[in-house]
Amino acid sequence: MYWNQSMECMPEGELKKLQYKSLKELVNNLYSFNAFYSQKMKAEGVRPDDISSLNDITKLPFMNKSDLRDNYPNKMFTARKRDVVRYHVSSGTTGKPTLVGYTQNDIEFWTESLARALTSVGIGKDDVMQVSYGYGLFTGGLGLHYGAEKVGATVLPAGTGSTERQLELMVDLDVTAIACTPSYLVHMGDVAKKMGIDLRKDTKLRKAVLGAEPWSESMRRYIEDDMGIQAYDIYGTSEISGPMFTDCAEKKGVHIWGDMMIVEIIDPESGESLEPGQDGELVMTVLKKEAMPMIRYRIKDLTAIIEEECACGRTSPRIKRITGRSDDMLIIRGINVFPSQVEHTLVQMPEVDGKHYMIIVDRVGALDFMTVQVEMRPEAFSDKVDDMIRLKKHISSELKKYLNIAVEVELVAPEALPRFMGKAKRVTDRRKF
Amino acid sequence: MVEEHMIKQLSIFINNEPGGLAKVAAALKDCNVNLKAFNIAESSGFGVFRAIVDDPDRACGELSKKGIVVKETDVIAIPMTNRPGGLLDVAKVIGDAHINVEYGYAYADNNKASFFFRVDDIAAAVGKLKEAGMKVLTEKDI
Repeated sequence: MYWNQSMECMPEGELKKLQYKSLKELVNNLYSFNAFYSQKMKAEGVRPDDISSLNDITKLPFMNKSDLRDNYPNKMFTARKRDVVRYHVSSGTTGKPTLVGYTQNDIEFWTESLARALTSVGIGKDDVMQVSYGYGLFTGGLGLHYGAEKVGATVLPAGTGSTERQLELMVDLDVTAIACTPSYLVHMGDVAKKMGIDLRKDTKLRKAVLGAEPWSESMRRYIEDDMGIQAYDIYGTSEISGPMFTDCAEKKGVHIWGDMMIVEIIDPESGESLEPGQDGELVMTVLKKEAMPMIRYRIKDLTAIIEEECACGRTSPRIKRITGRSDDMLIIRGINVFPSQVEHTLVQMPEVDGKHYMIIVDRVGALDFMTVQVEMRPEAFSDKVDDMIRLKKHISSELKKYLNIAVEVELVAPEALPRFMGKAKRVTDRRKF
Repeated sequence: MVEEHMIKQLSIFINNEPGGLAKVAAALKDCNVNLKAFNIAESSGFGVFRAIVDDPDRACGELSKKGIVVKETDVIAIPMTNRPGGLLDVAKVIGDAHINVEYGYAYADNNKASFFFRVDDIAAAVGKLKEAGMKVLTEKDI
């Protein structure tokens, strides 16, 4: 089953021609009409005429998260304000958010991408899909919602939280598929057990589209073998629209629709292009995006391009499961967290010495927990335990404001934390993916 | 004079780590601090060590120099008789005077016992205790 067979199964030669045409058009437009992109290209000494083949994409400058941050809120937008129909916002590396905008066509392309993806895992009209990603500024909820409606599934927009209620609805409404983070699905399984719900017998849930945080094949095995749910990987990031691509039923890599996107793998250090099969950093060029095009965007995820043809018949390139981040970003309960955000918050608090902190990430059951250890200033110490607990809670709520996740704070004495001579290693990630 | 009834307690932060207390105890030894009474309050992730010591000002200064998080806190001390019901006698006076005790601990030897406790308003508490006929100790008494 294909959603858009001519695009999904386009012969390689044709697809490359189409990509080249789209790229050329995109570069011409941006060079002529957008100050940000034309300046960036001029700085690199590259002109639209220099792009005379698909491989010439490597002549174009990279874009980074910092470009979005520096141009916050909307200096990189290429659509007129009146044509922008939606915003999504994600957290940035310095506590400053990044904004993504969409025209009507952008929403439709995003939805088309997910319609192809959901169809490729066999989700369609006969399904009831529970969308248990966050709805709101995060792209997960609304993205999957639109995609699932597009393929004709019945959508249950459950959002996150209220797990017991979600399980009751799952039973009552014969939910067959779910979209959420893998850790949340596992947590749901644990709660179901406590409620006396047997997911295999008491529900019709058989498929899960899981992503927004790193997860492993062993987690997939657990979900499939122990919970009885087929688990599919979904990939995306807000800068390219949101979650867009999934495994197909073969579960051998995530299909990236070639008519929408050009994928490259580069050496994270040198920026040089790598061959298919070689592990490196993922770089994406969004060919179809009006409000905020992305050319050679360094997502910082580590993966490789799979060259072999997929048994499903789709010709679009596939990428391997994401093995990690090329910088220090943490994904905790589906939310991006940078150690620098933690530092940014702590440094502003007079009660602690925010330069000296450590981050510990644990997985308890199926959920991620983040603990921040920070050195207290002697002046902030109180002989009353209540005061100390209040201080901990205060720091914790300040962190939550910036990071959007609950953080456990541990106060330690000055000099108690390790000091680093070279590159600081502040994160201890004890999770096993 | 309320001031003379303010007993200086050392309050010391203890890291949540194996040997956290031993580290503090070693610093106390190194600074030649003699403990008369102490208590340890623990919470999730940290502990607070509170102690009545000889020459608290000197002890506080020296411990700080060693990197120990320490501060002086004023507490009240009242005598207790070292027999069954000794605590009840003082607790009743404190209760009847409507004094809210934040925390407290005791010292006892064969002859005498003392109850050290922390209140928010020391002046008011001392006044009420005296009114009730309770002896309130001074630094010299302990």
